[in-house]
Amino acid sequence: MLGVALLVFREVLEAALIVSIVAAATRGVARRGIYISGGIGLGVLGAVLVALCAGAIAEALNGSGQELFNAGVLFAAVLMIAWHVIWMSSHSRELVQHMQAVGGAVKAGSSSLSMLFAVVALAVLREGSEIVLFLYGMAAGGAGVGGLISGIPLGVIGGVAVGFALYFGLLRIPLRYFFTATNWMLVLLAAGLASTGARFLLQANWIPALGNQVWNTSALLGNGSVIGQALHILIGYDAHPAGIQIAFWLAVVILLLIGMRMSTRAPRAAPATVETTRSTA
Amino acid sequence: MKRGLVAGWVVLSLIAGAAGAADVPEYKLVIKDHKFQPTELKVPANTKFKVLVSNQDSTPSEFESNEFNREKIVLPNSAVTVFIGPLDKGEYKFFDDFHQDTGNGVLIVQ
Repeated sequence: MLGVALLVFREVLEAALIVSIVAAATRGVARRGIYISGGIGLGVLGAVLVALCAGAIAEALNGSGQELFNAGVLFAAVLMIAWHVIWMSSHSRELVQHMQAVGGAVKAGSSSLSMLFAVVALAVLREGSEIVLFLYGMAAGGAGVGGLISGIPLGVIGGVAVGFALYFGLLRIPLRYFFTATNWMLVLLAAGLASTGARFLLQANWIPALGNQVWNTSALLGNGSVIGQALHILIGYDAHPAGIQIAFWLAVVILLLIGMRMSTRAPRAAPATVETTRSTA
Repeated sequence: MKRGLVAGWVVLSLIAGAAGAADVPEYKLVIKDHKFQPTELKVPANTKFKVLVSNQDSTPSEFESNEFNREKIVLPNSAVTVFIGPLDKGEYKFFDDFHQDTGNGVLIVQ
């Protein structure tokens, strides 16, 4: 039971951290609860589909299908987060003013905010498909139903609880700095996802390592520890990264910084891109 | 957008072809009854190598290591190839993420 709970917890934790950052970053968006739940729901559905197609994915591309699939999902998420972060850097001020003045919500459809809900779906899909395969194996291997039934909720509740803790922690940031903070968290999240994507391409021998273990801090904080794993998602921590992972991480951070700066400076054509739900509904 | 994706794909395929063409020594691991055979695998230091992991069980496994940073699912009665290294001399643990109580092993890099 404990084994089931632990594995489920670790996978749920990774997805939950991403969902919490997205939930915080979409603060003030109307009906975001529905969007986020929808994203999670789609992700769960996708996870089952991916698990069902695991054989086909594994055999694709001369046996590199799994790595390429994972890298593809990760890089798609990076692109969507990047888009949002750059958009946000020129709109966060209006968003804050709007939230302070009207106290109302912003329409999700009118912005790039909807991109973030796809990120939720992708995160749940990737972590979820592992859970599905694991549980299938457990069930097929004759593991007691009791162990599964008690282990799954324990793991899910544990992972989700950490996610909620992060979310409510983020909500304590004053509104003035709020979106700057969530934007930075998104930048680090995207950079970390890109680094993990690079690791999969490396594992498939598609890209050079550029130094296999540039540093080793596993004695300090191992990749397998829960904190190491949480930091892996939040900031892309890796106890012994390959050079190419660092290159991907840096590239995303630098490109996003440039994108954010250019987007902030660019003169805006339309003064009011943020609409109230009330005015359109 | 589409053209960019296609171009990216072509570039990636070229890189993959180039990287795959190099001669990489292969080592074998078998998963049976949720255990690795052998549990100690000797590989050369400072050399890129690949490990063919065959799962002879009827349940899925995941070949994983936090110490050489790899993870790959191995479906029932099938095999996967994982590229690893070059690694420094030393011992690197690996495990079956789906059967952590029984599936453990170590890479001995020498």
